[in-house]
Amino acid sequence: MLTAALPIIGREVRTASRRPMDALSALLFFIVVGSVFPLAVGPDAALLTAIGPGVVWVAALLAVMISLHRLFLPDLEDGALEQLLLSPRSLTGIVYAKIAAHWLVTCLPLVAVAPLMGLQFGLPAQAIGVLLLSLLLGTPTLVLLGALGAALTLGLRGNVLLALIVLPLCVPVLIFGSGAVAASHQGLPVNPHLSLLGACLLVAACLCPWAVGAALRLAVE
Amino acid sequence: MFAGVTFDAAPGDVMHVRGSNGSGKSSLLRLLCGLLQPTRGDVHWRSRRVGAHDAGFARAVAYMGHAVGMSGELTVLENLRFSLHVAGSESGDAACRDMLQRLQLSDREHEPLRHLSQGQQRRLSLARVLLSQRPLWLLDEPCAGLDAEGEHIFDACLADHIARGGMAVVTTHRDIGHDGPCAHTLDMNRLSDADCCPSDHRA
Repeated sequence: MLTAALPIIGREVRTASRRPMDALSALLFFIVVGSVFPLAVGPDAALLTAIGPGVVWVAALLAVMISLHRLFLPDLEDGALEQLLLSPRSLTGIVYAKIAAHWLVTCLPLVAVAPLMGLQFGLPAQAIGVLLLSLLLGTPTLVLLGALGAALTLGLRGNVLLALIVLPLCVPVLIFGSGAVAASHQGLPVNPHLSLLGACLLVAACLCPWAVGAALRLAVE
Repeated sequence: MFAGVTFDAAPGDVMHVRGSNGSGKSSLLRLLCGLLQPTRGDVHWRSRRVGAHDAGFARAVAYMGHAVGMSGELTVLENLRFSLHVAGSESGDAACRDMLQRLQLSDREHEPLRHLSQGQQRRLSLARVLLSQRPLWLLDEPCAGLDAEGEHIFDACLADHIARGGMAVVTTHRDIGHDGPCAHTLDMNRLSDADCCPSDHRA
């Protein structure tokens, strides 16, 4: 399974490195959205710390959202999707590899700069640690759900429908993710939130790739 | 789109699908390879009905569509290597380089695909089909964009494939190899006269 997936992940990473703006735009969007909030809210340190976890999580969610339409569209346009669908290899495995590659290319840089965003809102070190953990657990779920939306809306013009389909599905991840950071900041236990994030990830990892495969077959018909 | 098409192909056969634009040639090929599911009718392979997403049948088919099926950002060799991995083929780098040589692409192997002309991209698609070593080729307008020399190479490759007992269903407007192997012709424009029976491709 892994030997079958590695060339696909390698191809995606290589393609992204040849067109860095596609991957970097999500990261820059994340930084910009996170940075304009303190400017708009004003220099009230207590307020900024209180809204920080929610703002970082919403910024991450939106950044993932704007990157999603590139997940399958280039493959649809150049015909590579047809070849992937005709492969004797497992389509679910191929979809897993595509999703993993997309997470590596767009979400991992975003997770890496999240601590800086936390500092910007004056979050304490422990809360920043929980923010990192919650993003590491939560962003793969966002990409899995997003891939389903991307496959269902593949070939349609505009990305509004994609956001309308995916955003409601992402609400639990958003709640548990920002909830974990807020709880840590208030000195409450964070394990329940992180466990629920993990549960969301497992459910999405079981169901989404299979559904994405079915949606992709419909998209090329 | 169409009804009343029934045809068989045996090893060593070429089915030449002709017809005007929009007559359903490409749809027929997409039906045969499984990208489209027929509303009525079946595709059979080696006396067995091909189900939806049949991995065994997928291992027997090489499909060449209108699009090149490769990423414009990657180099020729990277694309070829990846396509063969997706096709589950074992051909190594040496075989890839030999094939690029044969198709006169060897001096372009480290160039991004988007720098290649349409004819060169077509040659690269052909390289993928050849290297995947499948018994059944489904080629949609394989000669579109090819120059005279490219067409000549294509005819030679097809004749080789047929001589080794392969099968091919080819849609094209030109005659494939007058002296060549073209065994059957299916004219999509004359289908309306035929009786209504499910489309069927046996081998």
